Amino acid sequence: MTGAVVIVGAGQAGFQVAASLRQRGHQGPVTLAGDEPGLPYQRPPLSKEVLAGAAAPETTALRPEAFFAKHDIALRSGQQVVGVDRDRRTVTLSSGAALDYDHLVLATGARPRALPKPGADLDGVLALRTLDDAVAIRDRVTADTRVVVIGAGFIGLEVAAGARKRGAEVTVLEVAPRVMGRALSAPSAAHLVGRHERAGASIRTGARIGRIADDGHGRAAGVVLAGGELLHADLVIVGVGVAPATDVAEQAGLPVDDGVLVDATLRTEDPHIWAIGDCCRFPLPSGQHVRLESVQNATDQARAVAAAITGGPAPYDAVPWFWTDQHDAKLQIAGLLDGHDRTVLRGDPDGDGHSVFCYAGERLVAVESINRPRDHLAARKLLAASFSPRAEDVADDAVDLRELLAVTAPAPPSAAT
Amino acid sequence: MPTITYIEADGEQHEVAVAAGTTIKDAAIANGIDGIVAECGGNAMCATCHVYVDPTWADRLPAMEPVEDELLEDTASPREATSRLGCQVAVGDDLDGLVVRLPEAQE
Repeated sequence: MTGAVVIVGAGQAGFQVAASLRQRGHQGPVTLAGDEPGLPYQRPPLSKEVLAGAAAPETTALRPEAFFAKHDIALRSGQQVVGVDRDRRTVTLSSGAALDYDHLVLATGARPRALPKPGADLDGVLALRTLDDAVAIRDRVTADTRVVVIGAGFIGLEVAAGARKRGAEVTVLEVAPRVMGRALSAPSAAHLVGRHERAGASIRTGARIGRIADDGHGRAAGVVLAGGELLHADLVIVGVGVAPATDVAEQAGLPVDDGVLVDATLRTEDPHIWAIGDCCRFPLPSGQHVRLESVQNATDQARAVAAAITGGPAPYDAVPWFWTDQHDAKLQIAGLLDGHDRTVLRGDPDGDGHSVFCYAGERLVAVESINRPRDHLAARKLLAASFSPRAEDVADDAVDLRELLAVTAPAPPSAAT
Repeated sequence: MPTITYIEADGEQHEVAVAAGTTIKDAAIANGIDGIVAECGGNAMCATCHVYVDPTWADRLPAMEPVEDELLEDTASPREATSRLGCQVAVGDDLDGLVVRLPEAQE
């Protein structure tokens, strides 16, 4: 437990590796290098509390500066990696510092995809990824602002909700036939759209973008649709997804395919280099390779790599989960929707809360809960146990999902008679 | 400014003074107390800011919302009679002197 660990990327994943290494008693040097200035911070509040003006930017810090000194974590903020020498096992930073490593952890995250349309570089066209981005958007959104959001994914819809709360006029444009097409079942997506529309936002699906209109002074004046219609806007937010930041891995000659490729223990083809969080593509227990963008994935993978470095590699098999907050809807998703072919409703969508259980055939693959944390927690347990409850039990709100699992789970040996 | 005393699982004690209205979770994070994780950032989603409130204080805390009660069923260390989530309890002047114990594990 004395090897040197260098972590590239000081987001939620990178930070958690450093914290977990020390928590597990790792004695060797730990360096956490990130390209943004300042302390590592949480991203979830950026598109919610920070955008809404309800939280000051500095409240997003994951830990105060003293934490890093106390745990002997060398935080190198505002530093890019300029070179990785895998033979000598050194990383060179933009400051010129060369750091030796026994373990290199790539936690480089992802970057917003640019809108491939004319005018995307005009002033007033913004994306949201960093704390600075969130502050810039917050400062431009007032009750008089007309905001057009391009892309109805998590970020686009959270920004739409935040801007609407501040009184702005909000239109969301989505090229796909429905919102959150990849991330959410049709019933849950429709439910969210209803909440946005009741809050006064306009959501247009099947909207193809032509270009961003220029006001003649280099500022965005609106969005021109492919058919020629102009939607006036003072601010255009682009939320069309992210691309994994794989530059460092590529520079190091590691295999990359929409993410840094790792094995089931999150190790790259180089036994001294790991990749975690938004930047990595890893195999699920099913064998399917995925890249996930979530706090849960970042932190659980970080803990798995810290455990591997201090103990020994073990397959990573946590149940993925996600959350979003939009207009009083706290939506939690457990599992992955891919391949689901039917949904079962639990609870009343017009009531206090409900869940949508998503099945692929007879197999439960994901559960979406809106203001139903108890269902969400039970769903994570069901999915972890690979247990698929019958549709009629799920649909009956009187059936306790946990008891279902308890009854079905094999009795522990001590309870055997 | 109310003070909160945190007793870590190994017995180490920290007394911190916080602005009235600060949550037990925020005060711990801001003061570098390691026994609180708060992975979801205080959204009542992850149950990693679990604390055991000293029994002499337990009755004086604000009542629990259902979501907190549900999440407490899912903590890494066992729930006890005075378990709370640190992100859901704001400490005002009326709670000056509050004492909480931190569990063995949060995750």
